[in-house]
Amino acid sequence: MTAFKRLDKGGRIDRSKTIAFTYDGARLFGHGGDTLASALLANGKTLVGRSFKYHRPRGFLSAGIEEPNGLFTMGEGARQEPNIPGTMLPLAEGLSAKSQNAWPSPSFDLMAVNGLAGPLFGAGFYYKTFIGPFKKSWMFYEPFIRRAAGLGKASETLDTARHDAQYGFFDCVVVGAGPAGLAAALVAGRAGAKVLLAEQDSELGGSLLSESSATLERWRMDAVSELQSLANVTTLVRATAQGLYDGSQITIAEHKSNGMLFHVIRAKTIIIAAGATERPLVFANNDRPGIMLASAVKTYLNRFALVPKSRAVVATNNDSAYETAFGLAEAGVAVTVAELRPSPTGDMLAQAAALGIAIFPNTGIADTAGDKQLRQVKLAGRHSVTIDCDVLAVSGGWSPNVHLTSHCGIKAKYDAKIAAFVPGGFAESHFGAGACLGHFGLLAAVRDGESAALAALARRGFTKKPKPVELPSVREDRPYHIGTGPRLSDIAKPAKAFIDFQHDVTAKDIMIAHEEGFHSVEHMKRYTTLGMATDQGKTSNVNAIAIMADLRGIDAGTAGTTTFRPPYSPLTIGALAGRSVGKHFRPVRRSPLHDWHANNGATFIEAGLWLRAWYYAWAGSTPEDAYIKEMELVRKGVGLADVSTLGKIDVQGPDAAEFLNRVYVNGFAKLPVGKARYGVMLNDDGVVLDDGTTSRISDTQFYLTTTTAQAGEVMSWLEYLLQCHWPELKVHVASLTDEFGGMAVSGPKSREALQLALPGIDVSNEALPYMGVKDVPFGGTTLRLMRLSFSGELAYEVHCPANFAISLWEHILTAAEPLDIKPYGLEALASLRIEKGHVAGLELDHRNTLDDLGLGKMAAKEKPFIGKELRLREKYQAPERWSLMGLELLEPEKKLRGGSILFAASDEIKGHGRGYITSVTWSTELDKFIALGLYQGGLKHEGEEIIAAFPLKDEQVRLKLVSPHFIDRQGVRLHA
Amino acid sequence: MRLPCPHCGERDVSEFRYGGDATRVRPAHGTGDLKAWHDYTFTFENPKGPHTEYWQHVLGCRQWFKLSRNTATNEIAGVVE
Repeated sequence: MTAFKRLDKGGRIDRSKTIAFTYDGARLFGHGGDTLASALLANGKTLVGRSFKYHRPRGFLSAGIEEPNGLFTMGEGARQEPNIPGTMLPLAEGLSAKSQNAWPSPSFDLMAVNGLAGPLFGAGFYYKTFIGPFKKSWMFYEPFIRRAAGLGKASETLDTARHDAQYGFFDCVVVGAGPAGLAAALVAGRAGAKVLLAEQDSELGGSLLSESSATLERWRMDAVSELQSLANVTTLVRATAQGLYDGSQITIAEHKSNGMLFHVIRAKTIIIAAGATERPLVFANNDRPGIMLASAVKTYLNRFALVPKSRAVVATNNDSAYETAFGLAEAGVAVTVAELRPSPTGDMLAQAAALGIAIFPNTGIADTAGDKQLRQVKLAGRHSVTIDCDVLAVSGGWSPNVHLTSHCGIKAKYDAKIAAFVPGGFAESHFGAGACLGHFGLLAAVRDGESAALAALARRGFTKKPKPVELPSVREDRPYHIGTGPRLSDIAKPAKAFIDFQHDVTAKDIMIAHEEGFHSVEHMKRYTTLGMATDQGKTSNVNAIAIMADLRGIDAGTAGTTTFRPPYSPLTIGALAGRSVGKHFRPVRRSPLHDWHANNGATFIEAGLWLRAWYYAWAGSTPEDAYIKEMELVRKGVGLADVSTLGKIDVQGPDAAEFLNRVYVNGFAKLPVGKARYGVMLNDDGVVLDDGTTSRISDTQFYLTTTTAQAGEVMSWLEYLLQCHWPELKVHVASLTDEFGGMAVSGPKSREALQLALPGIDVSNEALPYMGVKDVPFGGTTLRLMRLSFSGELAYEVHCPANFAISLWEHILTAAEPLDIKPYGLEALASLRIEKGHVAGLELDHRNTLDDLGLGKMAAKEKPFIGKELRLREKYQAPERWSLMGLELLEPEKKLRGGSILFAASDEIKGHGRGYITSVTWSTELDKFIALGLYQGGLKHEGEEIIAAFPLKDEQVRLKLVSPHFIDRQGVRLHA
Repeated sequence: MRLPCPHCGERDVSEFRYGGDATRVRPAHGTGDLKAWHDYTFTFENPKGPHTEYWQHVLGCRQWFKLSRNTATNEIAGVVE
């Protein structure tokens, strides 16, 4: 059964080119210039899918981006992409399309049984049905519902398309290349402005592509060739403007052969010539395959050379559909017009009579018949006759595409003259032209385009007046006239009268929403799911609002419209991600020693953006084995660790000491040259911001280090203070994080190791005591030696310019080989500090005060410092605050987990407890699991036995609260 | 949204870091006045409309500056001296 036949001549198709494609496994043929939709219609495929809820047979409603029914799953395997409108897809050799929501095929669909249950699936069906009978009903039902529903399936394998992003800057971006857009781009282009013309269709021309007039085609071709000859004009096809954002940023998604190119454009001016979308009429069984928008029938006729086989009915409430009726009649189709108004306007009657078209005034459609496609139309009104036909072309009027202005937060306003919404205004430097303003008419569009471009040029300061656009020599526009919108009282079977075709929302559903109090258009939308399918209600929105307004006895303008948000049409997530996928999802930071680690058996771990050496193969093949061996290395011998990721800031100037004295809670003014000090800084609110050691290099120069995690934050904070609040301080700060590499030489044999590595440099306890710092020349550069320890052992840090880092690292390993020196990684580094009770990122979580972390004694009594006032707030001084404790596992056969919730022994294990575990490690010194954590009341409870619960695994273990300093409390090792 | 860096010129907002209300007056360092610090840190206006804010060109020249921005429309009136 076929509704259309292809003409032997005419149209924009290239009959010399035959294109083979696959549809549901069958091999079919089309021509150059076809879309998938036109090729399927030419092959007699009128029924191409099943509807979402009721599995009703559906065919193409439109010939454009608004298509709600003719959606396909394209491609195979990794490139499989669902929900592609066949109307927007140029036919290409080898293209493979599958119909959706039908099994095993659209014409024999087993799920169509849902249609019999029609009344059950009305508005609010899911909410009402699946809420009971027990508390978690929805969670129980949901997976079943999801399986039965859903349009098309995305590929589950990695997308192999190459999507990309491109940034652009233009004087003028023109959205839409219909007559208005072409005229606008011509004028702006002639004036020398840098212009981008973006068109979602595969050719420039918009509505002109659906015309049969040779005069118009000549005008279109002249315009296109002139635009293409202008070097300052860029034209894009298959490129849809998807969103309009602050600062006149517009995004355009362009289909390329191997993926999407996502344009992010800064436009000095934007001309929106986005056109209008035709609405269907609302009547019983208005969704059968063969019922199409009148404009689509015209497009299939004039552009794709497809005519209804023998007989068509045109039903309309406005004048625009007559062009379709006349075109069909001229092509030899028998045409009947059902005119909802008392009469068409102007010269229509005479022209219709001349073409032998019968017009039934005051007549709507009562019902339709047909199984898998339309067979018969029953007219309503005074002439209740039935007509056998192949195609029913419907027009309920035109809705300007107001989406882009709506993206800017400008509400659309109702224009009763055209019974539709128009843009409520335009942002500064944005202009509109043509049908999207509600100016329906070819010459109006051209004139609009020209004046919008002149306004845009004036705004950009172009003074030269460009040559005006030649109007095509066609007859003056007919005035647009439209009758009343849909009313529930006119609809025979509201439950079968579809408004949103894609989501199967009927006039009855709107009625139910109204009866149940969902009056506001936003409520009605969500209750019925109208406009929430992939077509976003392009054809349904205005009809639904008209019916709701009718039910409420108000006008559509008062009812208002829902808010349109980007994207304008469905967009694959890949297009937004572009090439920021996989390893390129975010930048990777590598230490200057990275290559050495990679070549010498390191396993890496992500720490923020950094890739850090986690553990080394020499110590074991799993982190659990390796870190323990690496810890033992540092506790008993000597190890070498990469600490280059620490934030490093050079602080210089006569007021550098005063500056640091203000920033840190402890004193830095009197720090002697050649000494380092551990410092803690607070935010204004009295919470700990960061810690680290800072060394005095000279009277006016300090070398400040931060934690890896807070390096950027601290740098910005110091700049903020100096630039915004303390400009009188003569201090400059510069980040050296990437300029310097750093390595920790740790363990009882670390001094010996340095003596072997740096002969002639005195690293004795006298020359370089604990917290001593000195710069020493070595190997043509300067090393900064600092006697610092994160592990609690005798240890040093050696910092050097980044490009010397690998050779210094290798040199130390070679020179100290007799001591059996080995590298150790982040896991061991972090475990050693837990044993020592040093806080790190897990404890410095921007919620803890100095006292919470046991560092209250560091705060200077006399001098002021940032956060001093607010850290003394009552709540921050409360004795029951959660504060830092050590924890020892009492059940050796069990495991201790980070994040466990802590409870007193007598507590019920429920809720948030009295604290939590921040960091856990196996202690090689104590031969048991130990942890740091925060516990209510802190050290007051030292020695008590408590419980750590890990509800995710339903585990509970007994612990003892101890001092957070597990080893060497007197610091003997540090000072050795 | 594009912001005018006083040093580098107009740049995309993604290069900047937001620094909050710039109409507040920071109490002098070491005032020791709990209430003054409390009010400065926690109680400030969040106006809908024109506002002066701190911004830093953090992925550029790193300059902090005061900017007049309409919080409702994102219109940028310019850098405030």
